[in-house]
Amino acid sequence: MVVLATAACGGPSSSAPPRGQEPVSAAAGGTGRALTVFAAASLQQTFTRIGTQFEHAHPGVRVVFSFAGSSDLAAQLVQGAPADVYASADTRTMGEAVSGGVVEGAPVVFATNTLEIAVPPGNPARVRSFADLARPGLKVVVCAPQVPCGSATDRVEGASGVALRPVSEEQSVTDVLGKVMTGEADAGLVYVTDVRRAGSRVDGVPFAQSRVAVNTYPVAVVKRSRNPALARQFVTAVTGASGQDVLRAAGFGAP
Amino acid sequence: MRPSPAVRRPTPAVSGLGRPSWLLVPAALGMLFILLPVCAMLTRISWPDLPALVGSPSSVAALLLSLRTSLASTALCVLLGTPMAVVLARTSFRGQGVLRSLVLLPLVLPPVVSGIALLYTFGRRGLLGHTLDVLGMQVAFTTTAVVMAQTFVALPFLVVSLEGALRTGGQRYEEVAASLGARPSTVFRRVTLPLVLPGLVSGAVLSFARSLGEFGATITFAGSLQGVTRTLPLEIYLQRETDPQAAVALSILLVAVATLVIGTTGRRRGLL
Repeated sequence: MVVLATAACGGPSSSAPPRGQEPVSAAAGGTGRALTVFAAASLQQTFTRIGTQFEHAHPGVRVVFSFAGSSDLAAQLVQGAPADVYASADTRTMGEAVSGGVVEGAPVVFATNTLEIAVPPGNPARVRSFADLARPGLKVVVCAPQVPCGSATDRVEGASGVALRPVSEEQSVTDVLGKVMTGEADAGLVYVTDVRRAGSRVDGVPFAQSRVAVNTYPVAVVKRSRNPALARQFVTAVTGASGQDVLRAAGFGAP
Repeated sequence: MRPSPAVRRPTPAVSGLGRPSWLLVPAALGMLFILLPVCAMLTRISWPDLPALVGSPSSVAALLLSLRTSLASTALCVLLGTPMAVVLARTSFRGQGVLRSLVLLPLVLPPVVSGIALLYTFGRRGLLGHTLDVLGMQVAFTTTAVVMAQTFVALPFLVVSLEGALRTGGQRYEEVAASLGARPSTVFRRVTLPLVLPGLVSGAVLSFARSLGEFGATITFAGSLQGVTRTLPLEIYLQRETDPQAAVALSILLVAVATLVIGTTGRRRGLL
């Protein structure tokens, strides 16, 4: 974590962020303008990094993040929570924000993510394919169908014809990953980016059927934003080359 | 039987004595602070849908599991907590204060931390995991794990309230019984326990209520599967993802059950 943050801080000088636009003089706030970004929990590492790059490119701007479950964030926005940008982990939760009338314009898809099997280091249960997960006695943990990773799991099950009998249907990918990292579960279904992020604490087993359930990440400017111009620039930073580099390095797919 | 001073029924208050009228303002504010959010939740219910929302198979499974596990953990709390409270209240030894603080630790630990601690103890790769495995027991992802999580967080409630009752109750009656030749076990069974029974009941009710509301330790240690480990709080948290209406309806159900248990037991005993 610390290493990542340090790397991110040192990064921008060499990666030369676009300095084309004038640092929004319209807002006339002078120093210490804050941009509040509500982003899905799975975006924590990448967005923190993009945020640091953005701050370097826009002196005097501070990017403040609130990372949480996409639906929590959508509910908070609809209830009037102050934010400038909302990035969610699936189209359904973004749809809630759109139908709640809290975002401006049409959301832009900036990344995709697919499922991967996570197993404890060394793969003690020797899981090699999606079909292996149905092996009797294997402790498999998945996301509940109510959350995005769980509905993706459902779709893969449907497409592959393999019926899983999980020992637990967790609330979030983080919970699934936790059960795999501690060795409580023999295998879990999480996103490619989660496996990447967990480093040596889990091994990943990719499987072909994951293609049927591609998760898309949309981002949008919040209607009540007090800095709409700056918010739009942040969206551009996410969809632009440097933002996409950060996302790709973390394992996210192209939009 | 004369009730011990600790749990004596409150004598009818002399109106206004020891209660300056300005005290009413902060008191009312405090009450509003607790009651208003519950009322706010009530305003969000769509009453016509309530039976369907509360009666869905997943809700019923969650409610039954919650009641079953909370009852089991309350029983465990009574079985383990009563001896703990008696030992803490009726003996004095070096380091007693430290030991008491440590025993009460689950009160101040964030429940998720309690769950992690349990995982590192009883989990597959935990401290006792291998031993349990040899014995053919795996607790993770079972209803047993839910009961363990609930007992862990609820036990201090029973110990605290029972130890308080034992200490304020004093030892006069026990001394009399002993001087008349009763053996320690007889004194404990015939004098100590009956005297602190109201304290024990209120401790048990608090433990039950805490078990019923348990969330963090359960989701960390036990997992979440309908009918096995997904208790009512976990079901509420999950429903909120897709169906906030169902989440509110289930919350009301949880509030109703908790109020019923605390209200009936508490009022009948004149404790709460």
